[in-house]
This record gives sequence, structure tokens and C-alpha cells, in this order.
Amino acid sequence: MKLLVCISKTPDTTTKIAFNGDNTEINTEGVQYIMNPYDEWYALVRALELKEATGGSVTIINVGSAANDAVIRKGLAIGADEAVRVDKEGSSSLDVAQQIAGYAQDQGFDIVFFGKETIDYNGSEVGAMVAELLDMPFISYASKLEMDGGAGTITRDIEGGTETVEVSTPFALSAAKGLAEQRIPNMRGIMMAKRKPLNVVAPVETEALTSVVTYELPAEKSAVKLVDPENMEELVRLLSEEAKVL
Amino acid sequence: MVLVFAESVNGTFKKPAFEAVTYGYQTAQALGTSCEAIVLGTADNAAALGTYGAAKVHHVADASLDKLDSQVYAAVIAEAVEQLGAKVVVMTHTSTGKSLLGRLAARLKAGSVPGVNSVPTVDGGTFAVKKPVFSGKAYATVAIHSDIKLISVMGNSMQPAEVGSAAEVAALGVAVPASRTVVKEVSRMEGVTPLPEAELVVSAGRGMKGPENWGIIEELAEVLGATTACSRPVSDVGWRPHHEHVGQTGIAIRPNLYIAAGISGAIQHLAGVNSSKTIVVINKDPEAPFFKAADYGVVGDLFDVVPRLTEAIRKHKG
Repeated sequence: MKLLVCISKTPDTTTKIAFNGDNTEINTEGVQYIMNPYDEWYALVRALELKEATGGSVTIINVGSAANDAVIRKGLAIGADEAVRVDKEGSSSLDVAQQIAGYAQDQGFDIVFFGKETIDYNGSEVGAMVAELLDMPFISYASKLEMDGGAGTITRDIEGGTETVEVSTPFALSAAKGLAEQRIPNMRGIMMAKRKPLNVVAPVETEALTSVVTYELPAEKSAVKLVDPENMEELVRLLSEEAKVL
Repeated sequence: MVLVFAESVNGTFKKPAFEAVTYGYQTAQALGTSCEAIVLGTADNAAALGTYGAAKVHHVADASLDKLDSQVYAAVIAEAVEQLGAKVVVMTHTSTGKSLLGRLAARLKAGSVPGVNSVPTVDGGTFAVKKPVFSGKAYATVAIHSDIKLISVMGNSMQPAEVGSAAEVAALGVAVPASRTVVKEVSRMEGVTPLPEAELVVSAGRGMKGPENWGIIEELAEVLGATTACSRPVSDVGWRPHHEHVGQTGIAIRPNLYIAAGISGAIQHLAGVNSSKTIVVINKDPEAPFFKAADYGVVGDLFDVVPRLTEAIRKHKG
């Protein structure tokens, strides 16, 4: 099977978020970037498992500048066969989706994998957009995927439960916890990744339909109010009268 | 016109749908236009959406729409948007909304903002709406420039507000394409408010020492009418089911009250709960990082504190 995994670069989970002077851009100083965890731990690893079981190839694709190459090489070190980078800083989710679809449309991929969301924009949009642009079914929040030839059975997380869906290739899915177990690249993988192809392709033309006007930080949380562990009546009073949540 | 796609659970509209209509109604008020709703498949109490501000409910009754296929839903809603001339489409940021919003954006070539928690503003002709980003560590205000604008609303962003009476429900003639997916099974917890919708959540972590000790957490949740949750380590070792896990790799929630017992408050956990309106942390370690994110803290042994809190709430409720 021919598998495509879409990977995003995000600030590390523990990053302290700050913005530039006019609050229109994140201050990148000192920010550590990583591969978006859901893309890396679940989407990429499940694609590799399928390839190992049935053959085929795993391509990873990223939309961004050369600054993303380190993250892309990590994907190759974990085991992807080749990488594609569309040479553009995506201006929005739809822009990124159009770039991915622009590359993927005539490549004949059987399954296109995404993470359930990125940990920076928390949108959960790009997978659905690419699926629409490629005319594929899309299953979000997949926590289990079994393939039997071209027939897939997917368990997806829904509110307070799960849903089991059958779908045939080609299709797209977004990966949630449970789909696979994180893999750490080994030295051989890291060495091999240097020789694997990373093809840089030109972006397609798109129109910006959304733009960030401003970023802001949440209001500073006031200091925690400590309550005597012997006096839970006082906590109940505070929750009822002050916080008004009881 | 603002068109709200209202989701039902097995044909019944509940609080999340009413919240979405309330959001759509307030958005329509801000834009000086009307709010209508669209419902798909079985819809038993669709007229109730009028109570929350839908002037009219459009119903596409085809039974195949009882099961989600995001591709089919997107085609149906896109055609409805064109037929009805809707300028803003509102839906909820649920498992369904997350499958659908992006598809609709790509199909309609419309700008979308997912997971918002406040009503849009129109300033000098610019339509903008605020959403949390960086897992709740910041907010972005995003402008939408396209003619049609798409928004999905986070659960618990607003209380449903009654502003009207039952709405007219009218059949809408839209072609329903054949589905390429088959939903084989849907399993939901019965009798429990799902975590993303819960207003009150009681959560516990490794400090519980073992799954056999969870009785005190369940009792507190029961007295409160809360849903139970847990931290990642606890679901990873199988003390609690996977669907209870809140945090970055689990579910992100924003209840009115989040009580955390025996959870240290790692940044990955906070990413899933830091939008909660009020946070109570119970931990015997005064240095637990969770206290920095808490509104109220109790430094003490949870095995003493939790039953005492349960008792105090029971007394409070009379």
C-alpha cells in the first residue's frame, strides 16, 4: 500500500508562549520545535506498521520552510521511506491542506494519515480539508485501524464512547492515542535518514481566507486559595458563594 | 443568515445543540441578521431549537444521515448553505464537528475558525472571532475574509439561553449522496454525561495508589452529579478506562468545576483542563505544580479530604 503521513512542526509541549511586540506573531526565541506528537507517535508509527506487515511505502509530507528539515529527517529516521516538503509557510489550515492536496492528488495514495490535531493551533481541520479536496472518506480520532487488503476497520473516539467504521481505500484518517505506540529512532535509522530522499516541491497558489489579527495571553491566574483540610465546609462555601459553581 | 448545524444524539437534541443555537443566535444579533438551524436524519425534538433562538429549523430527514459520514454531511450542508443563502455556519467542536468543519471549508472555499469560545465581533467590516491556541496557553483572534464564514464552538462555552418558543420545522429538499463508509457499531456510556459536555468533573491520579480505592472518587462524583476523569498514568496502567483520560493526549475539557485529587499537574495534564472555570486541587505535596493553576487548594491526604468533602457537599445539598 502507498501511504502518506502529513506531519506538522509545533513548539514543544513545555514551551512558554510569548508574542512579538505587536502580538501578531509568536516569539520564537528559545522555542524548541518538535514533530506534532499525534503525527509522530500515532499516525506515522501505524503507517510504518502497515507497511511492515503488507509492504508498500510510507511518504511523509510537510508544508514549511527549510527550517522544518530537522523535524522531517526525524520522521525519516523513525522509518518513513521518503519525504516531501512543500516550500511555503502555510498561512492557514486551508492553505496547508491545499498544498498537501496539490501534491497528493495524482500520486495514488491508499491512506492519508494525520494527527488528531496540532498542539499549537488545536484546530483538527487539515485532515478533513485534505480528504474533501482529494474526494476521500475521512475518519477522525481513530484509536484503532485494522486493514484486510483494501478494507479498513477503524475505531474512533466519540463523546463518551467509540464508533466502529468500515471504509475502503483510498481514505484519510486522523490518529488519536491507542492507534500505535511511540517509536524512538535508533542510530541506524538516524544514519539512514541522511540518505533518504527529501524532495522540495513548489507550492500551489492559494487565497488567504483567514488571518490572525492578534494573539493574547490569558489573564494571570490569581494565587491559589488554600483551604484547611479539616474544614471542607469552608471549601463548599467558597465553591457555592464565591465561585458559584455548586 | 446564521445557520446552525445542530447535532442530536439518536435523534434527541440536548444541551450541546442548545448551546450551539444560543451561540448562533447571539452571533446573528451581533450581525443584525436572523438565526436558523439545520438538522440531519432522525430529529425528534427539533422544534425545541426555536426556544434558543432558531427562527426556523430545516430538516433533511433521510435516514442514512442517522450515521455520520463527514463527506455526505458536508455535501448536504454545503447545498443547504447555498439554497438558503447562509453567510455564517455554526457547529459544535465535537467529534462530528471536527470531521466536518474542515470539509465544509474546503468544499465552500470558505474561511473557518475551529474551537472558538466567544461570539464573533464585527469591527469596521472585519469579522473576527477568538479561539484558544497552544493548548489553552494563549488566545488568537482570527479574521475571516470570505463571504461565507464557518465556526465551530467548544463545548461549555456558554449556557443555553431561552429566548423564544418552538420553531417551525420544515423539510429541506437536498440531494443526499451515497455513503462510502459503514458505521458498524456505536457504543456510548449510558447514564453518564460525556466528559466534553460535563459541567462538573471529579478527576484522580496516581495518588490514589490503586484502582480499588476509586470508590471515594465515584462517591464524590455521585453526590455532585459530576463525571469522573483521570490522569494519563492511571489510564495507561489500566486503573481507569481510556475514555476517562483528560489531558493533552486524552480529552480536552472545560467544565465549570474541575476537582483533581492526587494529580501532580504536569503540563500535559494542564493542557487538557486549564480552560476549566474553577479548579480545585487536593494533594498532600504542597509543591505539586497543579497548585499554581488552581483556584482552590487543599494540602492534605486525599483519603481523608475526599470523603470529608463528599460529606460537606451532601450536607450543603441538604
